[in-house]
Amino acid sequence: MSFREEHELHGRRKGRNIGVGLTLAAFICIVFGLTVVKVTRGDFEPPRGQQVEGN
Amino acid sequence: MSDATINSTVQQPEAGFGDYVALLKPRVMSLVVFTAAVGLLAAPVAVHPFIAFCAILFIAIGAGASGALNMWWDADIDRVMKRTARRPVPAGKVTADEALSLGVALSVMSVMMLWLATNWVAAAILAFTIFFYAVIYTMWLKRWTPQNIVIGGAAGAFPPMIGWAVATGGVSIESVLMFALIFMWTPPHFWALALFMNSDYENAGVPMLTVTHGKRVTRNHVFFYTLLLAVLAVGAGFTAIGGPIYLTVAVVLNALFVLGAWRIWRRDESQAEGDKYAVEKKFFRLSLLYLFAHFGAILAEAALRPWGLGGW
Repeated sequence: MSFREEHELHGRRKGRNIGVGLTLAAFICIVFGLTVVKVTRGDFEPPRGQQVEGN
Repeated sequence: MSDATINSTVQQPEAGFGDYVALLKPRVMSLVVFTAAVGLLAAPVAVHPFIAFCAILFIAIGAGASGALNMWWDADIDRVMKRTARRPVPAGKVTADEALSLGVALSVMSVMMLWLATNWVAAAILAFTIFFYAVIYTMWLKRWTPQNIVIGGAAGAFPPMIGWAVATGGVSIESVLMFALIFMWTPPHFWALALFMNSDYENAGVPMLTVTHGKRVTRNHVFFYTLLLAVLAVGAGFTAIGGPIYLTVAVVLNALFVLGAWRIWRRDESQAEGDKYAVEKKFFRLSLLYLFAHFGAILAEAALRPWGLGGW
């Protein structure tokens, strides 16, 4: 079985798909990184007074 | 494959990833990244390096989004102007609707992410900047008044204020000074460009000062605004963002800039056409160096501060 030669358009479409894929992957890494930084710095911890009231 | 399919492929080529990136005006983004980074790093509050990176990225994406909205709205005049005819929408690589969708989606995403990553003040200024560039400048001022780039210049002046707000959570005199520096720099920069690209604006019906009031008046305006800019830029050297390095850079560059503006002012059209607008082109190139050097000097002052060397 022989495949037809790839059209230039398919190459461009492939490049676009790879570009979108990498962008989404980068976005996930950024959100993950931001979460790690904010959690380790304690940005999401409630103020001490609230913690005591909650307990 | 029928002939009709072949023809339709030729008329509407499928966009590559780079065409969508081009919609975001990467060259303008580089200026935004630099000035926003200076605003952020010059602030007296330290920001976690990863949060600083993300903040600048989201500011750049927001600026890019407003660029995409600009290309959506201005596709008709971009097609007429030589300088912009190869942009993705007029070139037929990306449809105007795609540019609109990308612009709106990235605008919302960048503002939300900047808010989540930093604070609401920075996000609010970014949202206002996008609105100002896309609606106030692109949709309203650009085709209505020769003062378009004077007022519209504010859009390009906000990034250092956003960077400063990322670090401090507010607005202060230092960030307003950085805003003012870009705001006052924009008119002479763009009017110098308009002097040697006048036919482009004329063909497109954009009421640039060169089109509505002629080049003589534009030359007067370039000189007048450059004098105002020089006073502001050198004066800023004695404030909190200044210091010996900044002041040295400002004095040298403003002397050169005023000299360039004076040369533009004393010329007439026959002289300019004689050397193909060499003086105006030189002034335009100098204006790019001018802005980068001033912000570079502000950054240098801030970077040396921990060792007791930066600032006064």
